[in-house]
Amino acid sequence: MDEKVDVIIVGAGLAGCAAALQLAREGLEVVLVERGPYAGSKNLSGGVLYGRVLEQLIPEYWRMAPVERAITREVVTFLGEDTAFNMDFRNPRLAESHNAYSVLRGKFDRWLADQCEEAGVMLVTGIKVERVLVRDGKAVGILAGEDEMLADVVILADGANSFLAEQLGLRPRFDTAHLAVGVKELIGLPRETIEERFNLSGDEGAAYGLVGYATRGVAGGGFLYTNRESISIGVVMHLDEVIEHGIKPAEVIEDFLAHPCIEPLIRGGKLLEYGAHLVPEGGLAMLPKLSMAGLLVTGDAAGLSVNNGFVVRGMDLAIASGMLAAQTVLQAREKNDFGEEAMRHYNQRMEESFVLKDMRTYAGAPAFMKNPRLYHQYPQFLSRLMSGIYQHDGQPKAHLYTLALHSLKESGLSVLDVARDGWKGVRSL
Amino acid sequence: MKRMSITEKLAVNKYELDEGHPHIEVKNEICARLCKTKACLFVCPAGVYSEQDGKIVADWAGCVECGTCRAACPEQALVWEYPRGGFGIIYRFG
Repeated sequence: MDEKVDVIIVGAGLAGCAAALQLAREGLEVVLVERGPYAGSKNLSGGVLYGRVLEQLIPEYWRMAPVERAITREVVTFLGEDTAFNMDFRNPRLAESHNAYSVLRGKFDRWLADQCEEAGVMLVTGIKVERVLVRDGKAVGILAGEDEMLADVVILADGANSFLAEQLGLRPRFDTAHLAVGVKELIGLPRETIEERFNLSGDEGAAYGLVGYATRGVAGGGFLYTNRESISIGVVMHLDEVIEHGIKPAEVIEDFLAHPCIEPLIRGGKLLEYGAHLVPEGGLAMLPKLSMAGLLVTGDAAGLSVNNGFVVRGMDLAIASGMLAAQTVLQAREKNDFGEEAMRHYNQRMEESFVLKDMRTYAGAPAFMKNPRLYHQYPQFLSRLMSGIYQHDGQPKAHLYTLALHSLKESGLSVLDVARDGWKGVRSL
Repeated sequence: MKRMSITEKLAVNKYELDEGHPHIEVKNEICARLCKTKACLFVCPAGVYSEQDGKIVADWAGCVECGTCRAACPEQALVWEYPRGGFGIIYRFG
C-alpha cells in the first residue's frame, strides 16, 4: 500500500494534536497515528497544564475542553518525617487569567483529538508505528504492521520513550541521570469534600509540590492536584538515585499516601486509577537532534521539560513544539523543499520561542535539584525550627536566632551550606 | 485510605490483554552473566518483574507502559516494546 499524504504525525498526545490541528486548518492532508484505542489512552501527566499557549490555537479552550479546576492555590511543602511546612500562595485572580488548569489526559487529549478530526485530520487509532521509512537520508513515511504510508514530512510526537527517535539515531538511549519515574494515583472524592478540604470555591483548584520525605529523601518530589471529583497524587523520583539506593517507587507512593500530613487529605477516597510515566528531566543536557530531512521531533520525544522546583512543565512545551513544527512544515511547503535545511528552521523557531528559552533559563535547575540537602537536611531543619518555635514545655525559650542555629546544626547544616545553596538557587532557578 | 497491594491497585485499571503476545522479553542468559543490580525487580511501579528459580520473569499483563525498566536495565537485557496497537493499558483518566 503506497499512499502518500502531506504529513504523518506519530502520537495523538498534546504535541501531535497541536501540530495536526494547525496543519489541517491550513488545508493539509494530515494523518495522526495513535497506538492506543483512543487519543489519550496511553497518556499520563501529573498534571497541571499551564495552557495559555493553547489559546493561540483554540481561543478560550477552557470553555469547551474537559479541564478539571483552575489552579488558584499553589503550595510548596517541605515534608518532614511526620511534619509539613507549607508555603501557600493563593490568588483567586489566577482563575481569571486562565493561567493553569488541572487536567486528566485520558479526557483532555481525547477532546483535543476530536477537534483535530473536526478540522479534517485523519485520526487512526489502535495502530503502532514500527519504523520511520528513510530513503537517501530523508524520512519519507512510516511502517505500521505490513503497511507503508508515505508523506512529505513525519512529525514524531511519540512520547518520552520515543523508540522512533532512538532508531533514527536522533538521540541515544536516555541516560538514567536524565530521567525520573513518576507514579500516580487518581483518588475519587466527592466535589464538596475536595472544596472543603482544600478551601476552594467553585471550580478553583489547588496544586501542591512536596519535597523531602515524599520521596524518602531521593531527588524528586511529591505532587497533589485537585480535579473536579478526584485528586491526582504521586511521586516523581530521579531514576539514577532510585537504582543506586534500591528504592521501590511502588512502596514510596504507598508511604507518601500514608504520611500523617497527607493521609487526611485523601481520607475516605477511592482509588480510580494507578499509573506511571517516565519523565524526561535532564533539560537541555538531553535535548536530541530535533530535526532531519523530512522529520521533526516534538514534546516528550524531544525531552522538553522545565522543573524549577516550584513549577513542573512539559505539556505547554509539547503544545508549543507541535505548533512550531506545523509552522515549519507550512513554510517548507512554500518551496516544496522538506530537506535537512528546511527542517532545521524548526530548531531555530524552538530557540526563538519560550520553549528553549525557558529550558535555557533553567538549564542549571536539573543539577541544582540533585542537591541531597533539599530532600534531607532542609525539610528536617524546617521541621525542627517550627517545632521549636511552637512547642512550649514549661522550659524557658531560646532566642529565635539561637533556635535557628541549633536547628541548622541538628539537621547537619552549616550556615555556609545555606549561603552556598541559596546562592546556587538564586542563580539556577 | 486503607493500604492496598500493587496487585489490588492494578486491578482497578483497564487493560486490553493481548493474549499470547507478550511485549516484554527477558534475556535471562544476559541477566545471569552480567547483571548485579537487577533493577527491574524493584524499579517497576507495577511490580511486573519477579525472580523465580533464579530467573527473572515478567508478568507483562499488568504493565503500565512507562518504560522505566528498559531505561533502568544496566545490561539492555530487556526487550521491552509497546504492546501491539490497541492493546495494553487503557488510561481512562491518565
